Amino acid sequence: MLYVMQTALELGFMYALVAMALFLSYRVLDIADLTTDGGFVLGAAVSVTVAAMGHPFFAVFAALLAGAAAGFVTAFLQTRLGVPSILAGIVTNTGLYTVNLMVMGWSSNVSLLKQETLFTMLRDTGVGGSWYKLLLAAGVTIVAGILLVWFLGTRLGLSIRATGDNRDMVKASSINPVFTISVGLCVSNALTALSGAIVGQYQKSADINSGAGIVVIGLACLIIGETIFGRRSVGRNVIAAVAGSIVYRFLYAVILKTSIVPIECLKLMTAVVVALAIAAPALKEWSAFQKRKLAARQKGGR
Amino acid sequence: MLSLEHIKKTFHPGTVNEKCAMRDLSLHLKEGDFATIIGSNGAGKSTMLNAIAGSFYVDEGSIFLNGKNITFEEEYKRSRMIGRLFQDPLKGTAPHMTIEENLALAYLRASRGSIPFSRISKRDKAFFKEQLSLLEMGLEDRMKQPVGILSGGQRQALTLLMATLVPPKLLLLDEHTAALDPGTAEKVLDLTRKIVEKNHITCLMVTHNMQQALELGNRTLMMDDGNIVLDVEGQERMDMTVSALLEKFRIGAGKALDNDRILLS
Repeated sequence: MLYVMQTALELGFMYALVAMALFLSYRVLDIADLTTDGGFVLGAAVSVTVAAMGHPFFAVFAALLAGAAAGFVTAFLQTRLGVPSILAGIVTNTGLYTVNLMVMGWSSNVSLLKQETLFTMLRDTGVGGSWYKLLLAAGVTIVAGILLVWFLGTRLGLSIRATGDNRDMVKASSINPVFTISVGLCVSNALTALSGAIVGQYQKSADINSGAGIVVIGLACLIIGETIFGRRSVGRNVIAAVAGSIVYRFLYAVILKTSIVPIECLKLMTAVVVALAIAAPALKEWSAFQKRKLAARQKGGR
Repeated sequence: MLSLEHIKKTFHPGTVNEKCAMRDLSLHLKEGDFATIIGSNGAGKSTMLNAIAGSFYVDEGSIFLNGKNITFEEEYKRSRMIGRLFQDPLKGTAPHMTIEENLALAYLRASRGSIPFSRISKRDKAFFKEQLSLLEMGLEDRMKQPVGILSGGQRQALTLLMATLVPPKLLLLDEHTAALDPGTAEKVLDLTRKIVEKNHITCLMVTHNMQQALELGNRTLMMDDGNIVLDVEGQERMDMTVSALLEKFRIGAGKALDNDRILLS
C-alpha cells in the first residue's frame, strides 16, 4: 500500500508540470493550447534519446529547449500567420508526431537499459534512501513552481498576465501581444516537455503514444486543484495545479487497485469530468433560468 | 510637439461601407497644449486619436511626435510616449489582477523599460500607495484586491493614474468621463485637470460637453466630416460662449452641429 501511495505521489509531482503549463496557457493567457500532447512526447523522446547517449542532465535541458521551440511554432502560427489558436496547436501537434519519431530514430519507442538517468544518479548518491524518486520528482516540480510564480511577478510576467486578461488594455499599453503570447507559450510548452523529460527518465523509456490525452488529464488536475484551493492568486493557482495532479494520481491508483471502474474507462471518465467542470458556469446559468421560468409560471397561474 | 500633416484615412475602401474618416487633416500642438475636441457624430474625433495612437496606419500624410516621425511606428511602441483613456472604463485595467499588480505593470513598463525581469520594491509600493491616496477613493487600502470588483469610476480613476504614473509626452482622452455618473465624472475630470497641470502633459480630450470644451485646457477644436473646422485659443476662446461657438461651427462647417449626445450646459 505504501508503495502504491509512493508511486502516486511521484507521478503526481511529475505530471503536475503539465497542469502548471496548462495553468499558464489556458488560465493566464486564455489560450487553449493543444500542443501539449505532442510536446509531452517530444520532451520524453529528447530526454530518453540524449540520456541514452550518456548525458542525463543535458537531456533535460535539451527537452526544455525542444518544448520551447514547439511552443514557439504554435505561437508563430497564431500571432504572425493568423491561424486560429486552437488550430495552431493541433497543427503543431500533428507535425510533432513525425518529429518525435525522428528524435527516437524512426522508432515508436526507445528504452534506456543500463544507461544512467537522473534517478539512478540520485540513487547512487544514497540521498533520500528509498524515497529518492519522490525526492527528485518533487524537487524538480517545486523548483519549477517557485520559478513560475516568481516569473509571473516580473515585468514580463505581469505583461503576459495582462495579455490574457484584457486585450484592449494591452493594445493601449506598450505591451506587444505577439511577444508576450510567444514567450508565454514557449514557457508553457517547455514545462510540458520538462514533465515528459522527467517521466521518460523515470520510466526509462519513451513511447510515441505516451502523450495521448495528456492535455485533458492536465486540465482535470488543474480543475481538481482549483476546486480545492480556489483561484485567488498566482501562488495559490500553482499550488492548486500540483495538489490537483497528486489527487488525480491517487484516484487513479485507487481505481487501479480496487477496480471500482474498469481502468480502460478512465480516459472517458476524465473527459466527462473535465467537460462537466468547464461547463459548470453554463449549466448553473441554465438551471437558474429554468428555476426562474418555473417560478414565473407558478406565479402567473398558467 | 505633435504634428499631423495632411493625414487621410478611408475605411473599407472599394466597398459599400466605404467611409472617408479623415480627409486632409492637419493639426499642430505646442508643448503643454491642452486641447478639447468637439464635433458631430462620425466627425472623426476618435479616428484622429486612434490615428495618433497607432490603432491603424494612415493612408496618406505623416505624424510627428516630439520631432520624431511616428507615421509607421507600431502601436505598442508609440504607447511608450502616449497615454490613453477610453470611454469604456473596463478597457484600461486588467480585471483579474490586483490594483497593485496593475500599477506595477504600468510603472515597470514606463520607468524601467528595458529590463524584462524587473520587479517592484517596497519603495515602489509606498509610492503607489501615496499616489492612490491622491485619488481620494480609499483605493490605497485595497491594493491586494482584484480590479474587477471596483466601480467604473474607480477603474477609470485608476486607469488615469496608471497612464500618468510616469508622465507620458502626450495624453489622449476619448470621452473618458462619458460613461460615468455625473458626480464621479466630475471627480475624474478634476483629477485629470490636476494631473495634467502638475506634470505639464500635452493633452487631447474629446468631449461632448460644450461648457467643458470651453473651460478645460487652452484650446478648443471643432471637427466635422473628417476635418478640423474650427480652432480657437487665447483671448478669443476666453470670450467665447457656447452659443457663439455653435454659431461659429455653423459658419465653419456650413451646417448646424449634429450630435445626439451633446450637452450644451
